[in-house]
Amino acid sequence: MDASIHIDNLSKSYGTIQALKNINLDIHSGELFGLIGPDGAGKTTLFRLLATLLLPSEGVAKLCGIDSVAEYKKIRSFLGYMPGKFSLYQDLSVIENLEFFATVFNTRIEDNMDMIHDIWVQIEPFKNRLAGKLSGGMKQKLALCCALIHQPKILLLDEPTTGVDSVSRSEFWQMLKGLKKKGITIVVATPYMDEANLCERVALIQDGEILQVNSPAEIVEQFEKDLYSVKSDDNYQTLLDLREFEHTNSVFLFGQNLHFTDTRKQFAEDELKQYLKNKGRSNIVIEKIQASIEDCFMALSTKPEANE
Amino acid sequence: MQVLKYLLQKEFLQIFRNKSMLPIIFVMPILQLCILSFAATYDMKNTNLYVVDKDLSSHSRELISKFNGSPFFTVKEIGFSEEEAEDELFKDNIDAILVFNNDFGKSVDLRTQASVQVLVNAINASSAGLYNAYINSVILDYNSGIKPNFVGVAQGVPYNIVQTTYSHQFNPEMKYIPYMLPGLLVLLVTVVALFLSAMNVVREKEIGTIEQINVTPIRKSQFLMAKLIPFLIIGFFELGLGLLIAAFGFQIPILGSIWLIYLVAFVYLIAILGFGLLISTQTDTQQQAMFIAWFFMVIFLLMSGLFTPIESMPEWGQKLNTLNPIAYFIKIIRMILLKGSGFFDILREIVILSVFALVSITFAVRMHRKVS
Repeated sequence: MDASIHIDNLSKSYGTIQALKNINLDIHSGELFGLIGPDGAGKTTLFRLLATLLLPSEGVAKLCGIDSVAEYKKIRSFLGYMPGKFSLYQDLSVIENLEFFATVFNTRIEDNMDMIHDIWVQIEPFKNRLAGKLSGGMKQKLALCCALIHQPKILLLDEPTTGVDSVSRSEFWQMLKGLKKKGITIVVATPYMDEANLCERVALIQDGEILQVNSPAEIVEQFEKDLYSVKSDDNYQTLLDLREFEHTNSVFLFGQNLHFTDTRKQFAEDELKQYLKNKGRSNIVIEKIQASIEDCFMALSTKPEANE
Repeated sequence: MQVLKYLLQKEFLQIFRNKSMLPIIFVMPILQLCILSFAATYDMKNTNLYVVDKDLSSHSRELISKFNGSPFFTVKEIGFSEEEAEDELFKDNIDAILVFNNDFGKSVDLRTQASVQVLVNAINASSAGLYNAYINSVILDYNSGIKPNFVGVAQGVPYNIVQTTYSHQFNPEMKYIPYMLPGLLVLLVTVVALFLSAMNVVREKEIGTIEQINVTPIRKSQFLMAKLIPFLIIGFFELGLGLLIAAFGFQIPILGSIWLIYLVAFVYLIAILGFGLLISTQTDTQQQAMFIAWFFMVIFLLMSGLFTPIESMPEWGQKLNTLNPIAYFIKIIRMILLKGSGFFDILREIVILSVFALVSITFAVRMHRKVS
């Protein structure tokens, strides 16, 4: 069964704003693919193009080998789409929503129970509750059920875990792994870099352009520089100081730490420590660390400016 | 068909689950019908008069007593100063001033021109017109009373006046409610149909559910049909309720065929629902839809002939009214209810409404896009 997505030179403009610029992307059949990028990168636009809700300005997208513009009707029958915003009827109950979406796809819940069973059992106790009264995590599970009720070959999930607590997030990813075993091609858009590691391959996207497509491991491997975590009594002042440091290649604030790379091959830890001490910092801790996807993303997205 | 059935089921579920919408759909129209029918009357009951009687003759007093005796007037005060009277007019305590100059009685006796000055508060032009008409009719009545007194038949001079007798066809007592209520019925059916349909699709847009619907294989026609049919049924229900209130609550004669009214209502509702749907598909928020619907509603309604006769509008206004569905339906429903008109009497209007219905529904379906 071919359930691949083939995107060729796809562009979309809203007036003068170019939301997507010449996207080329191949997503294999049965893959769990991540689309990683910050808000406003163009993830939702790309999804809406694939979901046949938008017409591209240029280029072609093919799902299962079927053109998204010319034969959009065919695509709608085998595509599951879960928009970023909760889009089910809040004034209908859980079971009513599911029944409704089953019937609009000309099918019945019972016939597709095998597909949604694992997820359904979690929300079944609340089946008579109005969808609007569910918690965030429950809403996502219901939305996923509704998107799966017609046994789609391709599943598009637009920021499914945004605004969901961390326990529900990891549960959600477990469910996706279960679905992958059933052979569905799953594309997930997310702004959370840590979720990238859960995908087989990811595309890093920013400002409507794809920076890189690769497996998470390979993306991390490609990080050329040694990465250091720097910590001191005043992280913000340290950030400003490091920006003035003559050998700084890049420096970013990462939670409680600063991630730093040096322009030189040979990094002198003591020299940096001394420099910061002279600037008046104390409690300085410098450690060499493994680069994460987020570091790679930052490095890729700022590359043009890094050489200033 | 199966899909349409479920879509309809869903729409009805949502309508009946919406706790704040139910009273709006079912209670508001009844209240509207009752309140407007009783309150918005053109019958003038109580006009406050200030009389400036500088004459103090038997003639002026006779005329004043005629006003006093009329149920429409209350003589608030009789004074001598026009300034004081005008002061009262400014304070809005009185509606009109009647001034007798001191030669009034004499002029009547001499059978020369006797004049009474009438000052009317015309802030509200339509009520001013009514005051004027009522005052004139009292004076006219007085005139016809005095003439024979002087131009006595005994003198052998033939005295002929042309006497007009009226017979008000179809509303013999010129009652206000039978004239007004059919129009109000149209008003409430229109409000419910236009606003509900205008707010519906855009609501799904606002909440975001349309995204999920649009990726399903539901056909556009199925989706829109499921949006129209519930409101058509609600519109029918309201019309029936209104007719029942009209017939049993207000004792309005229903001379024509109810089925004919429903046939017209069907065509009319399709036109209005199509228009509402068009608004809904072209707007992004319920607020926008609401204001656009309101804009057209007010224009259509005020020009419809419900409150002011179409015949008294300027020519361009009357031309504009050829595009006003409300005007047609009000005309038709009055004809059927009060006159008992049959199908062929209203054929022309039905044909025009059908054209409206066809155009608006075609437009609405065409303009609705599942893809942007």
